[in-house]
Amino acid sequence: MKRLLMGVCLATLLSTPVLAETPANTLVIAKAIDDMVTMDPAEIYELSNSEVAVNVYDRLMGLEIGDMKTLVPKAAESWSVSEDGKTFTFKLKPNLKFHSGNPLTADDVAFSLQRVILLNLTPAYLLQGLGWTPENVKEMAKAVDPATVQLTINEKYAPTYILNLMSTVTSSIVDKKEALAHEKNGDLGHDWLKTNSAGSGAYRMRSWKANDSVVLEANPDFRLGAPKLQRVIVRHVPEGATQRLLVEKGDIDIARNLTPDQIKGIAGNTDLVVETFPKATVYYLGLNQKNDKLKNPKVQEALRWLIDYQGMADSFLKGQMLVHQAFWPAGFYASLENNPYKLDTAKAKALLAEAGYPNGFDIQLDTGNTQPFTGIAQSIQSTFAEAGVKVTINSAEVKQALTKYRARQHEMIYMYWGPDYLDPNANADSFANNPDNSDSSASKPLAWRNAWDIPEIMAETKAALKESDAEKRKQQYLDLQTKLQTTGPFLNMFQESEQTVMRKNVKGFFSGPNSDLVFYYQTTK
Amino acid sequence: MANDVTTAARAAAPGQIFGAEFAYELIRFLGTLALTLLGLTFVTFVIGRVVPIDPVLAVVGDRAMPETYERVRQELGIDLPIYQQFWLYLTKIAEGDFGTSAMTSQPVLHDLFQYFPATLELATAATLIGVLLGIPLGVVAATHQGRLIDHVTRIVGLIGYSIPVFWTGLVGLLVFYAWLGWVAGPGRLDIGYDGLVEPVTGLITIDSLLSVDWDVFKNAIAHLLLPASLLGYLTLAYVSRMTRSFMLTELNQEYILTARAKGMPERRVIWRHALGNIIVPLITVVALSYASLLEGAVLTETVFAWPGLGQYITRSLFNADMNAVLGGTLLIGTIFVCLNVLCDMLYRLLDPRVRP
Repeated sequence: MKRLLMGVCLATLLSTPVLAETPANTLVIAKAIDDMVTMDPAEIYELSNSEVAVNVYDRLMGLEIGDMKTLVPKAAESWSVSEDGKTFTFKLKPNLKFHSGNPLTADDVAFSLQRVILLNLTPAYLLQGLGWTPENVKEMAKAVDPATVQLTINEKYAPTYILNLMSTVTSSIVDKKEALAHEKNGDLGHDWLKTNSAGSGAYRMRSWKANDSVVLEANPDFRLGAPKLQRVIVRHVPEGATQRLLVEKGDIDIARNLTPDQIKGIAGNTDLVVETFPKATVYYLGLNQKNDKLKNPKVQEALRWLIDYQGMADSFLKGQMLVHQAFWPAGFYASLENNPYKLDTAKAKALLAEAGYPNGFDIQLDTGNTQPFTGIAQSIQSTFAEAGVKVTINSAEVKQALTKYRARQHEMIYMYWGPDYLDPNANADSFANNPDNSDSSASKPLAWRNAWDIPEIMAETKAALKESDAEKRKQQYLDLQTKLQTTGPFLNMFQESEQTVMRKNVKGFFSGPNSDLVFYYQTTK
Repeated sequence: MANDVTTAARAAAPGQIFGAEFAYELIRFLGTLALTLLGLTFVTFVIGRVVPIDPVLAVVGDRAMPETYERVRQELGIDLPIYQQFWLYLTKIAEGDFGTSAMTSQPVLHDLFQYFPATLELATAATLIGVLLGIPLGVVAATHQGRLIDHVTRIVGLIGYSIPVFWTGLVGLLVFYAWLGWVAGPGRLDIGYDGLVEPVTGLITIDSLLSVDWDVFKNAIAHLLLPASLLGYLTLAYVSRMTRSFMLTELNQEYILTARAKGMPERRVIWRHALGNIIVPLITVVALSYASLLEGAVLTETVFAWPGLGQYITRSLFNADMNAVLGGTLLIGTIFVCLNVLCDMLYRLLDPRVRP
């Protein structure tokens, strides 16, 4: 041991040049980015790459820092919708430029939307919902003149739905010339764009090394002016405890994945600031309706009274989860923000007795094998046990749990859902939609996965999607949420919030409710 | 086992010219390599197909349309019978195509070239530290059996063995990086030094020496020191214990008694004769621990944000990214076989009895 220490001392003499601070013009963020698998906007659907993409690519519409409720034109200057509600016309802002120097034209926008459909990769489903197919998309999304894009859809929907779709990472505007210059075997530049960028956003992606780092370089010609910091480096640091040491030491500016415990640990440190950003991801307990016990409305109601929502949120989930008992997150258009349920064992026992299970029953619970899944599952296990419901927890890799879920082989599952865009339809379309409840169904929305056959509720979901009167539509979604809150297989429990730890000189970092609303360009230090 | 075969080879070829034996050895090596890799590929392949994770899910995610799902399923060849899938995979490998990783969008070979050097650098430094300190410690413990230094060595070994590296890693970072500031933090380089030297070997220490950039070299060493010391400590714990027990056996041999009786200096008895005779089994011990470090130390890599092979393969496994898992497994298999052959060669160099 002595020798080891001596060795360490000796070697440290040799190793003086350890930079104490990050370079002044560079923002260094530590984050787990191992979910980042591609940078092609037509393929991106994970969290980390959505975040990079919103800083690299611009879209027609979107939310800007300061107002997370109002959709505004981004690359578009204005938009209009035809009388029949099926044709949308977008006028582009003048003089927009890609990182390559090419002008951003309507042709690029049309190309970007078309390639999503033509490539038919994971997120294509978002735009396929508009009735776009590989055969018709060149007609449905087209440039009328260099500054005007025209989108046609097959049915009349609420206009906000279309505008929201144009704000997603999938609708990012790609530099057509640049993409086609790297085309291989008619792949519309897909292979090249997986690891390169051709956008017009605040930053240009200089490099991405999987599981290692992403380096972004400021774009001086950005639509909203040059970003304040020249460079952003996102470093892959998977372990929260390591991130904590790095940020305390000043080797990074921002740490993104600290657990509530670790946040507590830095409470007295005056060099650091903790900021909480509400997120749109909701966490729920799903009850498979193939199970007779779980199908019983009295049992469902009993279980709703058997969860210690507030107890969890105040203890090990503090700062990370807020109690939220509706499928659409709080803080947005048409959010239902009442939370009627709390832990009430006596009430639950009575309901179980009425249902014919005075002594409870045995049940399986699937969930992920990391925090917060495991902690929440254990809490559910202990409160359910108070009414005699004996829960066996099966924790596994999230992908493994999802595989089982999609095969409807679970009994209960604790999972999460993040909306693709900030319109209530993004969640209603999955929680309250089940076009085909047979085992062989092609689409697998959450209602299907829990075998919840709901023709009437589905009709309401459809009607709300088509309602163009915003106030009326809002009421429809509120009703729908109330219905799902009190009946059915979904016990919505929490809404996530992100706690970001920053060095105190860092200002202006903004992390919005979705991963594709995290903006770096206003950050200074 | 390797010893048996070499002895057999020697018996079969007494007095033959060197070239013939070399050719025989080469064929034997290639044969072992091919068989090992084939077996490994097959087992990994089968495991990959029976894990309860849908590999299509890893590619298209949870919400894709049925058409997208079906297209990827066919691209992955999962609709084919397993023997056909295996055959397809083998023919592709024969062409040097290890497929593309679903997790990084890069060809698996590219990924391995990126992550393996990081692991190689860490494992080599750790093994050097472990061996250079572990062997002398073991020898001293054996010669002072039952005395304080022996107990201390054994306790040091026991601690190294039983405390999880995850914990020592974090505590090490806290003490030497956060409090004392003796070493640099997690990662392979400080942000400011990143990308300054041209990657030739992928080993930053070597690359910085090649381009004669002392600042980068020092920074790389400062980053390498702590994780390598911690992993080296594990190696040290193992190597010192094994050295001690080998030495104890050896010191009880009659020839040692004879040497001592003849009045040979004790230092020569221990360091030349006894140690000289345990070198061969020690090489096996060191090679095995080196090989296991080369698989990548996933916990250490996670704590130190070290972009190595361990993290890569573990993550690929959890996502049923079978191309990456198979590529990684083949690489590790090749390393094991090569280290084995290297050991064989070292035996001959060091043990006159095995020399032809």
